[in-house]
Amino acid sequence: MNTRTTHAKPSAAAPSAPVPPLYALILAGGQSSRMQQDKAALLYQGKSQLDRVHELASRHVANVFVSVRADQVDDPARAAKSLIVDAVAGEGPIVGIRSALAAHTDVAWLVIACDLPFLSDTALEQLLAERDPEVLATTFASTHDGLPEPLCAIWEPAAGPALAAYHERGRQCPRKFLLTHPVRLLVPRDRRALDNVNTPDEYRDAEASLQSSPNSQRLCIQYFALLREQAGRSEEFVETHAATAAALYGELSARHHFTLAREQLKVAVNSEFAEWSRALRAGDTVVFIPPVAGG
Amino acid sequence: MRFRFTDVAIDTAAARRELLDSGAGGYVSFEGWVRDFNEGREVTRLEYEAFQPLALNEGERIVAAAAARYPLKHALCIHRVGSLDLTDLAVWVGVSAVHRGEAFDACRYIIDEVKHRVPIWKKEHYRDGLSGWVNCERCAATHD
Repeated sequence: MNTRTTHAKPSAAAPSAPVPPLYALILAGGQSSRMQQDKAALLYQGKSQLDRVHELASRHVANVFVSVRADQVDDPARAAKSLIVDAVAGEGPIVGIRSALAAHTDVAWLVIACDLPFLSDTALEQLLAERDPEVLATTFASTHDGLPEPLCAIWEPAAGPALAAYHERGRQCPRKFLLTHPVRLLVPRDRRALDNVNTPDEYRDAEASLQSSPNSQRLCIQYFALLREQAGRSEEFVETHAATAAALYGELSARHHFTLAREQLKVAVNSEFAEWSRALRAGDTVVFIPPVAGG
Repeated sequence: MRFRFTDVAIDTAAARRELLDSGAGGYVSFEGWVRDFNEGREVTRLEYEAFQPLALNEGERIVAAAAARYPLKHALCIHRVGSLDLTDLAVWVGVSAVHRGEAFDACRYIIDEVKHRVPIWKKEHYRDGLSGWVNCERCAATHD
């Protein structure tokens, strides 16, 4: 139930083509008109968003490119990076995605917008792990409206001709393209990862939020008894955006298929009982406590 | 420490000596033993596991609460962890007090609270080769 593939996949017996290699494309060619300044240059915790997302993507994909307009190739923030320059007429992200798919026709692209300050390793890991190369794209369903998110998605080579034809019919919206073509839609494990930032107010709020709760915080989880057996380990470190103990259990319960409902458990943070609404901090050690049976 | 764990057999004679007091007129102890059946199934052995940092704090709080509630001289609870066979001693509680009444009451209070609150888990191994975590497996199944 976490995924939906809109077209039937070939049967398991059919020979499957090799999976195309994956490059990353950071979209940094936008006009940022609502922000009134270059979104790629916005600073979060002292670092430009372009550099932040480039570092993030580089942790998952070896070849990372930045999508730019022709008039941006000399911009100092962009010039040092590998660039894909817009090669088709038009405006909007569809131009950058088409240009990348046309530049390397045998490569799939992890496309990432430059206005997702909460994007995380968790989100990219999920996207890569659950990628389906037999559909045109693997993408997240928005936590707000359930629609596919085209600007944090893996676009397969086969999407190239289809997207070009769509664009040449005068269509601009990559989201509507995904809605009408075979894609795999994922429920994001990291629910905050796709919150985007378009206005100065949203930027200020996001920057404040990142200051108070770092982008993805590293927590230690220890497991006991039934949870230890179901998780297959007694301890793990996780990078998470889960803000509370309750959200963390939801995330880990989905990952490890725990059979105990949260209502049956208690939780301890740093070796003391805590409320489920307890805000988690980087470095906390969390223990979920199954029904006890001493004596 | 008035609450502790051990992974070897509990030395009840030594534990009892810790409670001796010239002002105590009575001493009550409770021993929890490994039994060969539970909820209709034949049990062959048990495994105990604890989240010790929290369990020690919680156990200490229980013994301290008993001392605040009843006029005790001394109180101590020792819980086993690891694999236990039938008839093994799983938990020991001892209380000394001026009078027997509060010694009985405090001993009962401590073992009841320990079973209820302290993060200790018990896995039962059954004659048929299956096993299960007490209070976890059955209630989990109802949530499937």
